Amino acid sequence: MQNYNQLVNDLAPKKFGLFGKIWLGLLIVVLMASFYAYYQQLKDGLVITDLRDYALWGIYISNFVFFVAISLVGSLVSAILTLSKVPWATPLTRIAEIIAIAAIVMAGLTIIIDMGAPQRLLNIFIYGRLQSPIIWDVIVISTYLFISLLLLYFPLIPDMAILQKYYKNKSPKLSKWYGKLSLNWRGSDKQKHILHSSIRTLSILIIPVAFGIHTVTSWLFATTYRPGWDSTNFGPYFIAGAFVAGAGGVATIMYILRRSLKLKNYITDLHFDKMGKLMVLLCLIYLYFNVNEYLIPAYKNTHEEAEHLKGMFTGHFSVKFWLVIFGSLVLPVILMVFKRFRKPLPVFIMGVIVVVGAWWKRYLIVTPTLLHPFLPIQDVPESWHTYHPTILEWTITAGTLAAALLIITLLVRYLPVIPIHEIAEENNIEETELNEKA
Amino acid sequence: MKEKPCNKSSRRNFLEKGIKLGLATAVGSAGIASVVGKTSDDGSPSGETIELMTTDGTLVKVDSTNVQKVEHPKDHDSEYRVREGFKNRKFVMVVDLARCKNAQKCVSSCNKSHFITGENAWLKIYKMQDNDASSPYWQPTTCMHCDKPPCVKVCPVDATFKRRDGIVLIDNERCIGCRFCMAACPYSARVFNWSEPNQEITMNMDDHHDHGMHYSADHAGLPSVKGTVDKCDFCPHMIEAGEMPHCVSACPNGVFFFGDQYEDTVTNGDETFRLSALLKEKAGYRLMENLGTEPSLYYLPPVDRIVEFEEGMELYNEKNPDIKSH
Repeated sequence: MQNYNQLVNDLAPKKFGLFGKIWLGLLIVVLMASFYAYYQQLKDGLVITDLRDYALWGIYISNFVFFVAISLVGSLVSAILTLSKVPWATPLTRIAEIIAIAAIVMAGLTIIIDMGAPQRLLNIFIYGRLQSPIIWDVIVISTYLFISLLLLYFPLIPDMAILQKYYKNKSPKLSKWYGKLSLNWRGSDKQKHILHSSIRTLSILIIPVAFGIHTVTSWLFATTYRPGWDSTNFGPYFIAGAFVAGAGGVATIMYILRRSLKLKNYITDLHFDKMGKLMVLLCLIYLYFNVNEYLIPAYKNTHEEAEHLKGMFTGHFSVKFWLVIFGSLVLPVILMVFKRFRKPLPVFIMGVIVVVGAWWKRYLIVTPTLLHPFLPIQDVPESWHTYHPTILEWTITAGTLAAALLIITLLVRYLPVIPIHEIAEENNIEETELNEKA
Repeated sequence: MKEKPCNKSSRRNFLEKGIKLGLATAVGSAGIASVVGKTSDDGSPSGETIELMTTDGTLVKVDSTNVQKVEHPKDHDSEYRVREGFKNRKFVMVVDLARCKNAQKCVSSCNKSHFITGENAWLKIYKMQDNDASSPYWQPTTCMHCDKPPCVKVCPVDATFKRRDGIVLIDNERCIGCRFCMAACPYSARVFNWSEPNQEITMNMDDHHDHGMHYSADHAGLPSVKGTVDKCDFCPHMIEAGEMPHCVSACPNGVFFFGDQYEDTVTNGDETFRLSALLKEKAGYRLMENLGTEPSLYYLPPVDRIVEFEEGMELYNEKNPDIKSH
């Protein structure tokens, strides 16, 4: 990244290659399938799922919690790391913000999918009552989405000006759009000052809101009496888990982008090393909360908790439970404390494992509790005692995941995933005239 | 939602019939004598004066031409509104576990009267056993109509609400189907319409419209709505008609006692008790008192039973839910 020309050339958004097109096609196919499945759900009702009066929330809700969790990474990387002046975080900020926005948008849509009467969505605004944690969630999630969008957009403004020039001849149409979005950025000292102070303000603002979204999401559970949810620990427990999921998400996506967009010079081995270390720390914190969440109720072993925990430790959910704990939390810690597992590929693999584990962890938080109510489950069909998501239910869920990836893919297509202006500034590269031939 | 006209006397009937204790009839609200002054056509003082009392209690004499007849302000409280409920009532139920033998009549009557289809029974009879040493018993469970209802607290749209008469209802035309209330209810009292309920009543609904029938939260299940939550409604439609809730009148063993806490009486139709005395004498209790939900449903412990527990087993088949939907 010695000269400016090369920098812009490397980082300007590129058209999809063959792999990109196949990927896009795949996402669209999954999305179409999920539209079909959702149409069935609208037509016939939630009966197309395996949700019933006992397992009344299932993978839609755990998927929602997962999305909210992942979205916290935006605040982790672009706010917490940047504010604490972590020098290696700059190239990851935009990736983190893109993931955060895709996730929070899909969190909002996923919760609508779970509604029995989605046509009455507006009732939330017409009749909303502040004593319901759902209303708190609506308020805090929309606030988070708004701040996240600004936090993605503001650092983009100088980049838009750069891209306007870059595409002047290559693609006048794109250039025009970038030009409009650059809001007349000329790079004057005054503009820079305004930009930096607004970004800083947003970075500070987003931290309490980010804590808010996941704390409130945990309260959807913790405000009930049910064993496994009735915990004063739930807010921090969810936030700790969210950072694990988000860091895993960034580790995964930065590897894919580094390879597909040839960004080896920008997302370096150092970044994977650091992300590996960060994940170790976050996993350890989350494990600590898990010890609190499971071992203390197990020690007391009240009648209700005992049944719930038995299902986790040795019963119906035990395979998933131990795979999540050991496979996606303990194993990454053990491996990534060693330097050789903090190379790009191993960190990528760990990232994938952590994200998949994080998804199932939410499943284990939502469903088992519901299958252990206070009064015994009696006088209902045998199938109501368990929960096995149906194919249509999985298809819809897969669709939401595909939609999140589609949002990320499209943003990556049109936005520079590494902040050009900031990298140039940090490396003291003068912004010069762009050389067409470079 | 339209309000039903108030029919105070018929609502009171059922209890008065049941109680037959000659409870003091409600003191007829002392109507303020309407003062109609004679006004002369030209509006000049007539010379005739009327004595009136001002709000601070002093008597004043006013010329009758200055006195005009005004409509008596409508007593807000005397009008029946679905969301507010009956005035000066607090409904309670007492379930005598010593009498229940799982006859299932309450369940079938409730299902029939609320047009319940499928597995959505609101009333369940649980087979309970507190510990290995104590004997099992049958426990009918409806909505507890808690005075501190956790379901109402969490509802984001005020679709489920608590009325002044103690009843917790659901507005199925407002419910968005998030099921948070079901997660919040520790008594598993709520059911969800996972699919189109396909009740007979919905097919006949157009007819009903012609006869002035409409959806109302106080006759839950009429009709049930896909994607919304249902539960026991404590039968306000029966109370209004001066009758007992369906489960109470259907029970062959007189398990269910219904009544008004303010009147301190409960009845199962045949027997009537002083509520406070009954609860004291029989050591009445409520489910999960420790949660602080303050249910309106009391249980009398299953001691000195009138029937053996085993007698109820013939109708008990956990894996066969059809038992409920006859």
